[in-house]
Amino acid sequence: MLELRNVSKRFGGVVATDDVTLEIERGEVHALIGPNGAGKTTLIAQISGMLPTDTGRIVFDGADVTRLPAHARVRAGLARSYQVTSLFRRFTVLENLALAVQARSGSSFSFWRPVSSEAALVEEARAIAREVDLHEKLATRGGELAHGDQRALELALALATRPRLLLLDEPMAGMGPQESGRIIELIERLRERVTVLLVEHDMDAVFRLANRISVLVNGRVIATGEPQAIRQDPDVRKAYLGEELAA
Amino acid sequence: MTRAVPIFLLLLAFPLAMQATDNLFYVSLASRILIYAIAATSLNLVLGYGGMVSFGHAAFFGAGAFTVGILSAEGVSSLWIAWPAAVAVAALAALAIGAVSLRTRGVYFIMITLAFAQMVYYIFVSLKAYGGEDGLPLQGRSSVGLGLSLAGDLAWYYVVLAFCAAVLYGLHRLSRSRFGRVIDAIRENETRAEAIGFPVYRYKLACFVLSGAVAGLAGALIANQSSYVSPSLLHWVQSGTLMIMVILGGVGTLWGGALGALVLLALEHLIADPQVGWLERLAPNYQDHAGLAVGLVLLAIVLLAPQGLAGIFSPSPKHPGGSRA
Amino acid sequence: MSGTLLLEQSLNGLQFGLMLFLLAAGLTLVFGIMDMINLAHGSLYMIGAYLMATLVQATGSFWLGLALALAATAAIGAVLEVSLLRRLYGRDHLAQVLATFAIILIANEVVRILWGSQPILLNPPPSLTGPVTLPGGLEYASYRLLIIGVGVLVALLLYLLVSKTKVGMRVRAGASNREMALAMGVDIRRLFTAVFALGAALCALAGALLGPILAVQVGMGENILILAFVVIVIGGIGSIRGALVGALLVGIVDTGGRAFLSLFFGAFLPPQLASAAGPAVASVLIYLLMAGVLFFRPQGLFPARG
Repeated sequence: MLELRNVSKRFGGVVATDDVTLEIERGEVHALIGPNGAGKTTLIAQISGMLPTDTGRIVFDGADVTRLPAHARVRAGLARSYQVTSLFRRFTVLENLALAVQARSGSSFSFWRPVSSEAALVEEARAIAREVDLHEKLATRGGELAHGDQRALELALALATRPRLLLLDEPMAGMGPQESGRIIELIERLRERVTVLLVEHDMDAVFRLANRISVLVNGRVIATGEPQAIRQDPDVRKAYLGEELAA
Repeated sequence: MTRAVPIFLLLLAFPLAMQATDNLFYVSLASRILIYAIAATSLNLVLGYGGMVSFGHAAFFGAGAFTVGILSAEGVSSLWIAWPAAVAVAALAALAIGAVSLRTRGVYFIMITLAFAQMVYYIFVSLKAYGGEDGLPLQGRSSVGLGLSLAGDLAWYYVVLAFCAAVLYGLHRLSRSRFGRVIDAIRENETRAEAIGFPVYRYKLACFVLSGAVAGLAGALIANQSSYVSPSLLHWVQSGTLMIMVILGGVGTLWGGALGALVLLALEHLIADPQVGWLERLAPNYQDHAGLAVGLVLLAIVLLAPQGLAGIFSPSPKHPGGSRA
Repeated sequence: MSGTLLLEQSLNGLQFGLMLFLLAAGLTLVFGIMDMINLAHGSLYMIGAYLMATLVQATGSFWLGLALALAATAAIGAVLEVSLLRRLYGRDHLAQVLATFAIILIANEVVRILWGSQPILLNPPPSLTGPVTLPGGLEYASYRLLIIGVGVLVALLLYLLVSKTKVGMRVRAGASNREMALAMGVDIRRLFTAVFALGAALCALAGALLGPILAVQVGMGENILILAFVVIVIGGIGSIRGALVGALLVGIVDTGGRAFLSLFFGAFLPPQLASAAGPAVASVLIYLLMAGVLFFRPQGLFPARG
């Protein structure tokens, strides 16, 4: 589904991603883990198109998207959610989601007809809200939601673009066990419909959800494989998992 | 929007009342205010709704005016040709300037729009054949044909009022439309707007061009207002004045441009009118130093009441959009 | 086209460019570190010129007047920063534009009240009113050579200050990473004031030196301010080196354009058209230059932030 070949990015003297080669298979939940500063968010930014790649190629569903601008990749089915919540804070939940639906349904160079009259948009926005358990908060402004709800909306926004591949950047950031559970269930439900590349620190979630795991350290992929294999890989333990698994 | 109907009716009746009380001068002043309301509203679209701090709006305003002026000098005075031409020229200028400027952001964007507008000023001022620095007089207002004339104050007022009402209604519809939503979203969170699939640059450019086109319309009207085109219309102080109107009236609100134009021009008239005896006694020669008053008031507004006047009347959740680096 | 004409115009371009650099340097630092767009920078230039004219008359000495004018304008700049401009840091750019635009209006009026609407006279020092003969036979105004000299000296000093001293290092750090600069604490506010005062002094220097050549009048700041903006856009915000390169480019292109375009057009256009087209295109030339640079490098030639 997604193929990264020798993808790199430098910032001045700092190498953020270093010759990353990775393959994500259709329908899987592929987790990307690694210590802080390993370059995970940079990689996500490169895949989504917000950050240009210095070297390498990104192939999505057979098509080379390396030079394609971010918005075009979204239209092609590649969506992303953010680690640091990035919503339309002044807009209500409904308006947030309707906007994402609007983005992929027809042209928005329409200057006269009120958006509120487009029943289809509103209906679909409602449906997505129900999926993430926000259907009772449709009229609440994004900025006024509780943290857990904000993260749900964050994910829902990406979902509303009807992606085929979803890039989730630490969806459970700053959440307690109960709130995380909600997100984990949501991702479980998505499993059949959408391929997921999940960046996470929460190891319980990772081992529960992931079909395969890749480990990123200092911008390089040091291992890829099934969860059990990764757990036991000596390089991975040395570089990263050591402290967490010892517990 | 429900406030609009009584206001509109008032504006319809206004010139008739002035005619009855033998105060026709105020009709001409009102026409002027309405034209600046259109210009300020066009800036409000790109600045308040779009969040793009364009400091070169005078370029489009003046380009529209000069198009009418130059065509008139060349013998083309029909409004059916001159006015659409003015809008087209302004829109093209906005397309060219916007296409380059919108690739930058923050402080760069502001400076670049200012610089390009100044460039447009120099271009027109260097056209000695069309007045250069002295400006370009027209032979009279644009001709309509069909036996009608725009020469009379009343007829002119109603034409301008019609355009102003159309522009405001258009903005009202636009803000609720798909396009309006996207622009609003871009102003709120540009990165996310791109990340959900909107080609942000294209929408910003469209907004910029649309606002330039409307400014061009205002320019065509202002050329007709006094049958004279002054190069000061293109000067960056004019850009600043339009911005003052927008912030005075309320950035990002429907009536912001109109309200600001009304207040600023009414004040300007008040200061220039020699009959304000009590002010004269309070501060002799105050007319010479109007700039000081405007500056102080503007500074006060920015520091103390950033919502402008419309914000006082209807505190809306819309806060002044602005660029940040 | 003679060699001496070319040399003369090159020197003029250099002189103009160096003065633009003085303005641009202060401006680019303020933009880069405080992320503030400051339209009133031109007003400081104007105030510097006016104070210079008055102080030279009062003290009878060009050099004493210059020193006092620099100090006074720096002080005014500092007061302005502490009392008003400080409130604008962190606010959206629209607010900054409008507030500093307001300051321009106020400054112009205050100057008009104090000195009147007519341009006032500022003369070069008596020792430098005559021409100097340069190698090659060109007779060039000695005063202009002084300006070039001062410009080069200040450029060097600024370079040393910014790249070799600790203060300079903080300034550069601030220009390239504002969050880091802000995290450095209370000291940073004094640094801001100092940067601003330095910028004001540079403005005053430019205004005072250019006063005898250009007119000292109300509104003189605005025209040169826009040129300074163009310089910074070309050079890159926050970069002193960019300001220098940009200023020299603008100075030379502008001066050269005005001097030679009519001649250039005369080669293949009828004389009337050539003499009309020349100045027209010349005034537009630097904006075309700016657009050209932006097309390839939207952040300027040497942006301080990567």
